[in-house]
Amino acid sequence: MASAIHLTPSTLPAAGMKKRRAMSWITLAAALISLIALLPLAFIVWIAVQTGWDTVVALVFRPRVGELLVNTVLLVIITVPIAITLSVALAWLTERSDLPGNRLWSWLSVAPLAIPAFVHSYAWISFVPGLHGLWAGVLVSVIAYFPFLYLPISAALRRLDPALEDAAAALGLGPWRVFARVVLPQLRLAICGGSLLVGLHLLAEYGLYVFIRFDTFTTAIVDQFQSTFNGPAANMLGAVLVVCCLFLLALEVTIRGEERYARVGSGAARKQQRARLGRATPACLFLPAAVALLSLGVPFVTVGRWLLAGGADVWRWDEISLALGQTLFLAIVGAVLATVAAMPMAWISIRAPGRLQRLLEGCNYIVGALPGVVIALALVTITVRVALPLYQTLFTILFGYALMFLPRALISLRASIAQAPVELERAASSLGRPPVKALWATTIRLSAPGAAAGMAMVALGITNELTATQMLAPNGTRTLAMAFWSYSGEIDYASAAPYALIMVAMSLPMTWWLYVQSKRMAGR
Amino acid sequence: MSFLELSDVAKNYGPVTALAGVDLRVESGSRTAIVGPSGCGKTTLLRLIAGFEAPDRGRIALDGKVLANGGAAVPAHRRGIGVVAQDGALFPHLSIADNIGFGIARNADKRADHIVELAYIVGLDKAVLKRRPHELSGGQQQRVALARAMAMKPRLMLLDEPFSALDTGLRASMRKAVAELLEEAGITTILVTHDQAEALSFANQVAVMRDGLFSQVGTPRELYFQPRDRMVAEFLGDAIIVPARIADGFAVSRLGRIAVDTKERRDVARIMLRPEQILLKRTSREGMSGTPDMLFGEVTDCEFAGAVCTVAVRLLNSPDPPDAAAIGNTPLTLRRTGMDAPEVGEIVRLTVTGKAHVFA
Repeated sequence: MASAIHLTPSTLPAAGMKKRRAMSWITLAAALISLIALLPLAFIVWIAVQTGWDTVVALVFRPRVGELLVNTVLLVIITVPIAITLSVALAWLTERSDLPGNRLWSWLSVAPLAIPAFVHSYAWISFVPGLHGLWAGVLVSVIAYFPFLYLPISAALRRLDPALEDAAAALGLGPWRVFARVVLPQLRLAICGGSLLVGLHLLAEYGLYVFIRFDTFTTAIVDQFQSTFNGPAANMLGAVLVVCCLFLLALEVTIRGEERYARVGSGAARKQQRARLGRATPACLFLPAAVALLSLGVPFVTVGRWLLAGGADVWRWDEISLALGQTLFLAIVGAVLATVAAMPMAWISIRAPGRLQRLLEGCNYIVGALPGVVIALALVTITVRVALPLYQTLFTILFGYALMFLPRALISLRASIAQAPVELERAASSLGRPPVKALWATTIRLSAPGAAAGMAMVALGITNELTATQMLAPNGTRTLAMAFWSYSGEIDYASAAPYALIMVAMSLPMTWWLYVQSKRMAGR
Repeated sequence: MSFLELSDVAKNYGPVTALAGVDLRVESGSRTAIVGPSGCGKTTLLRLIAGFEAPDRGRIALDGKVLANGGAAVPAHRRGIGVVAQDGALFPHLSIADNIGFGIARNADKRADHIVELAYIVGLDKAVLKRRPHELSGGQQQRVALARAMAMKPRLMLLDEPFSALDTGLRASMRKAVAELLEEAGITTILVTHDQAEALSFANQVAVMRDGLFSQVGTPRELYFQPRDRMVAEFLGDAIIVPARIADGFAVSRLGRIAVDTKERRDVARIMLRPEQILLKRTSREGMSGTPDMLFGEVTDCEFAGAVCTVAVRLLNSPDPPDAAAIGNTPLTLRRTGMDAPEVGEIVRLTVTGKAHVFA
C-alpha cells in the first residue's frame, strides 16, 4: 500500500485513501474473528470466576484430577520420545540411506494419518481384546500419531545441506558424531513442531483412549459431561486441560528458541549422498516393515476381517448414505466457513505484518491448541446459558467447526498468499483495476489452489471429528464418525467396519496430497 | 616422493565420467590451483582427496600413507585434511566460537584461548565470536571457515572456490591474505577455482582441467606463456593465435617475423601471442611509407573501460596475407591503458615484445 501511494504522490490521493480504508476493514475483520476465536478461552476464565475460588480449588485439587494428570503426563512423556526416535530413524532410513524401496516406505510412514485415531484403537482392541491401560495407550498413540513427526523430520532431513556434514567429517568427526552434533541439532525445529502436534493430539483425543479404557482429561470430561451435563466439574477439568495445552505450547516455544537453522550462504546445495547400508540392509528393512505392519496391517486386516464376517448385511446403504450425506454437508460447509473466516487474518499476516498482526496470530495459535472437547464444552455452556435457541443447532456446530479448524485453514491460506507476489497486485492496480478487482484478479486467483487444499484439510478434520460433533450436533445427526462410534460402543464391530473403511477411503487422497506436498517443499 | 600423490584416479557417477584417470603431484608446503570450466571434474577431485567420496580406480597417497586405493578409502574424518567449502558451510546452529572450535575436543586445554587465537590469525574481531553465522558477511564467513579448518592443524588444506561468493575487491585481498596465512603456517594447499586469474596469482603450481583430465600442469608462467594447446591458452587468458612458418628460431606470419621459444624447424605451425605482447604506437598514414618491415594497422573499434581499453586493429600491411586467407583480415583484439585510448580510424604501429609460443 505504501508504494501505491508513492507511485501516485499527489495526482490520485483519493485512490490511496480509499485503499487505506479497505485495508482497515480487513484488519477489523481479522481482529473480530480473533476475538470470537478467543471465546472458549474467555469462557474458561469466566466460568472459573463465576464458580468461585473455593469451589474451583475443591474441584481442581482432588485425587481424581491428580490421577488424570498423572495419566496424561505419563502418556505424553512416554509417547513423544518414542515417536521422535521412531520418526528420526524412519526418516533417516527413507531419506538418507540406500534402503531398497525407500519411496514406498516413505509413503507407508505417512499413510497411517489416513486412519482416524479411534479406528486405529478399534482395530487394536478387536485384534488384541485384552489391550488396555497406559502401555496400550502409548502403543496405539505412537502408531496413530508418529507421522506428524515423520513428515517434518523427513522434509528437514532432505533440505539439510550435505556440505555441513562434509565439513564436520573433515574436522575429524565420525559418522555417529556427525549425526549427533550436526544433523540432529538442525532437526530441532522439525522435532519441536512435530512433538507439539503429537502432544496436543494426545491431550485432545477421546475415542482412542475410550476403546482401551485409559482415562485422560478428555475422556473424563466427556464422561462427566454425559453424566452431569455442563456442571462445574466438567468445566474445571476443561480448565486444567487448557492449562496443560498452554504449558505444552510454552514448552515448545522455549525449547525451539530463536535460532536460525536455514542454510547460510548462497547457491543451491549439492545433492545429498545416501549412506550405504550394506550388510545391515535386512536389519534396517525390518523397522519400516514392522511399523507398516503395525500401523497399516493391523487396521486393514481387522477392518477386512469384520467386513468379511459381516458380509453384505453390514452395508446398510440407506443408513450409510444418510451418514455420508450429513458428513459431507457438515464437512464442506464447515470448511468453507473456516476458510472464509481465515482470509482476513491470512491476508494481513502476509501483506501488512506488524504488531497487531503478531498479536492476532498469537491468539489463533493458542486457540489452535485447544482440544475440541473444550471448545464444544464452551459452546454448549454459552448456548444453554445465553442463547438457548441456538443449543444443538446447525449454526452452533458449524460455528464450533470454524473455531476448531480456523488455524488449519489459516496455515494453508497464508502459505498460498505468500506465494502470490504483491507486485502482481500492484501491477494490476497500475493497469487500472480498482483495489478489490486487482486483488481478485491476482492474489485470490493465485492462492485459490492453496485455499482449496486448506479447505480439504479442514473438511478431512471435520469428517474424522468425534467429540465436538457428539456434543454440539443437532438431535438426529449421525455422521460417519458418530455411526462408527455408536456401533462400536455396542460392540457391534462388524457394523462399524464399513464406516471405518469409508472414513479411511476419504482420508487417503488428502494424506497422499500431504505426502506429495512435503516432497515438493524440499524440491523433489 | 611428493607430499600428495594421485595416480590414475577415476570416478564415474552412473554413466557420467567425472574423472577419467588423473595424475598429480603436490610438493610439501606448496600451493596448487586446479582450474577448469564448471563440470570439468575439479570439485569431484577435491572431494576424493578430502575423502567425502571414494574413487572408482586409482591411488591417493598423502605423505607416504595411502588414503585411497581403488574402492578402499580412509574416511574423511580420519584424514586430517582441512576443507573450506564454497560458501563456508558454517554450522547455522552454533555460534562463531563454537564453529571455530568444532574440531577441537571440548575438554581440550585452553580451548577458548585457542579459538580466540585462531580468530585473530584469520583477522576476525573478538566481538564476532559470540554471533551466529547468518549475522556475518560473506568474507567473514569465509574467514571463520578457514579458522575452523585450521584449528585441527591440517597437513593439507583444500579450498573449494572459497572466494567465488565474494565481491571483486574483497576477493583479491582475501586471496592474498589466505595465501600468506597458509604459507606462514606451512600448510600445503590445493585451491579449486574456475577463475583463471585467481589460479595464476594464488598458486605455485596450476593444473588446468577439462572433461575429467588435466590438460596441463605447470607453473603459472609456463601455463600462461607456453600452453600446450589452444584450449589451455584461451582458458587462461586472451590469446592471438595465427598460422606461421618456423625457421631459425623465428616465425613468419601475418604479424611479421617474430622470435619463437623453440629451436626446431617446422614448415607450418600455429603460434600464440598474448595481446599484451603487442604494443601499439600512434602514427599516421604518412608515417607508414618507406618502412616495409614494420607492421601497421587501423583502429576499427575501441572500447573504453577505465584502466584499460580494448582496441580492435585491422592490419594494413600484413606481409603474409594469402596464407591467412581463411581468417581473412580479422582485426586483432589488443589492450592498452585507458589513459591513452586511440580513436577509431587512427593508424597505429604494432611491435611485438617477447617471444611467440609455438604449439606442438
